[in-house]
Amino acid sequence: MRNLMAILAGSMFGAGLLISGMTNTLKVQGWLDVFGNWDPTLAFVMGGGVIPMALAWAYSKGRKPALGGEFPTFGKPEADKKLIIGSVMFGIGWGLAGLCPGPALASISFGGIGGVTFLVAMLAGMLLAPMVRAKLD
Amino acid sequence: MNQDWLMGLLGGGLIGTSAAIFLLANGKVMGASGLIGGLVDKSGLGNWQERLAWIAGLVIVPAIITMLYGVKPTNITGNIPVIIAAGLFVGIGTRIANGCTSGHGICGISRMSLRGIVATVFYIGAGGLTVVIFKHVLGII
Repeated sequence: MRNLMAILAGSMFGAGLLISGMTNTLKVQGWLDVFGNWDPTLAFVMGGGVIPMALAWAYSKGRKPALGGEFPTFGKPEADKKLIIGSVMFGIGWGLAGLCPGPALASISFGGIGGVTFLVAMLAGMLLAPMVRAKLD
Repeated sequence: MNQDWLMGLLGGGLIGTSAAIFLLANGKVMGASGLIGGLVDKSGLGNWQERLAWIAGLVIVPAIITMLYGVKPTNITGNIPVIIAAGLFVGIGTRIANGCTSGHGICGISRMSLRGIVATVFYIGAGGLTVVIFKHVLGII
């Protein structure tokens, strides 16, 4: 059942990324391109995504997940060095290619050699990340 | 083209609903970089089936939709060195920051998480600056 719900969530996520245009790198770069031909679509995607999720967080209060276990708990919020350095690195890559991890996977079947190259490099980066993280500790 | 905002809102709603399902049913934050990265660096092998199932849906459904309704081009640059650098930065950065657009962006902001908001400000800021520099100043992308 957990796997079934995971497939469902992944499927809806993929469909949403495709429908919203987030697999189109030009739309993502267009959002980031505040000094060029600025494209506001991503703001609508974020807005459309945050609303159902805010309701879900509100509903989760005092309850347990339907399939057992506990909801995630979050420690003391800390905007540390790793959060900021990592986010800046992510932003640079995101701006360069116009892809983030979700759309990179969602578009792998039709993204051509560029899409495959990006995904392989991203997975390599994820493999290297623990080493980089250790240096920042 | 002028319907883009509506498709953005609809697609965003689907994305948010998928994250809501993953939270309320499976009790997990649906962050793409975390779900993928946990398999890559083996930190998340404890629930590898759940992660693979999620990835399968994410890969297969857009493939089916594009087969039925035609491919939406990704318009990714043909500059392979830029793509490799971008992929490495995204891979390392999202794992060090512990989240990307879905985890920090959608799931973090929706619960007013300080870390989610700070991360989003920094990756959008860095992304914007990158586009300005590499597109308008250097003309590489």
